[in-house]
Amino acid sequence: MLAAFGSVAQAQAVRDATPLEFRDDAEERRFHDLVAELRCVMCQNQSLADSNAQIAHDLRREVFDLMREGRSDDEIREFLVARYGEFVLYRPRFGGHTWALWLAPGLLLLAGGVVIVRIVRARGRQPIPPDEEQEW
Amino acid sequence: MAASRNLAAVVIGVVFLGLVGLLLYGVLVSDRADREALPSPLIGKPAPEFSLPVLHEPGRLVSSAELLGQPYLLNVWGSWCPGCRVEHPVITRIAETRRVRVIGYNWKDEHADALRWLEQFGNPYWLVLVDYDGRNAIDWGIYGAPETFLVDAQGIVRWKHVGPVDDATLENSLMPALDAIGVPE
Repeated sequence: MLAAFGSVAQAQAVRDATPLEFRDDAEERRFHDLVAELRCVMCQNQSLADSNAQIAHDLRREVFDLMREGRSDDEIREFLVARYGEFVLYRPRFGGHTWALWLAPGLLLLAGGVVIVRIVRARGRQPIPPDEEQEW
Repeated sequence: MAASRNLAAVVIGVVFLGLVGLLLYGVLVSDRADREALPSPLIGKPAPEFSLPVLHEPGRLVSSAELLGQPYLLNVWGSWCPGCRVEHPVITRIAETRRVRVIGYNWKDEHADALRWLEQFGNPYWLVLVDYDGRNAIDWGIYGAPETFLVDAQGIVRWKHVGPVDDATLENSLMPALDAIGVPE
């Protein structure tokens, strides 16, 4: 029994080491695009594509296997979000608690713009007072 | 005109205070030990289904369905994991209270190493499940070791902790979680 297990473990190590084999360039490109926009859950500042963490290896393998099962990119993203949370997406989807994240920059810009326009208009209506202390 | 200038001042003030608030929040959160721990989307949802071999009886498979009926604590560990060594005494203490079954989840380990580790430090587990290739761990959203899950009698995930469980986690977080699902002391 133990011997059998040893060989399973060895086979496992071999499986880990086998590089992913793509059928064609299109599949490879799709895979790379997908893992580049997924975040490594362990290292958090790297994408799944860049990370060398063990879990990143496992998740890349999983993404590859899901692709082979014929799942769409969205289904694969959904698969990972269901397990690891919205955090795995470098481009979080709109909705739920991410709407503030998406809308905040635009709203801030808009608010700033309104403030500036108002200030400029208010100043435009005032004559510029002569500055007595100016020396030139 | 004065009104519009006042309004502008208020808007700028509110935005400024908001940003200061965010910054303060970030600074306060930055020294929390679990600041990088991801919240589990599994909380409140059924635990993933599995059928995994038992470390001490490699021929025997245990399925998630077999574990229903009583709550259990699933502790992810590996002999390669320094944090697991750190939390081992605390996990042992939880197991000794016999309040909840503690199940070991041996993740991406070698069979012999796992057995040796338990022999050396003691085996606190009611049962040790094995996930050599980490395939099943993905369903649990496991991304490191140690991680610990509390699953209730109906098979719903109620609590999760990433990183070593220490005395404070035990007191402030796990015990209240056990109380909440009505596990008698």
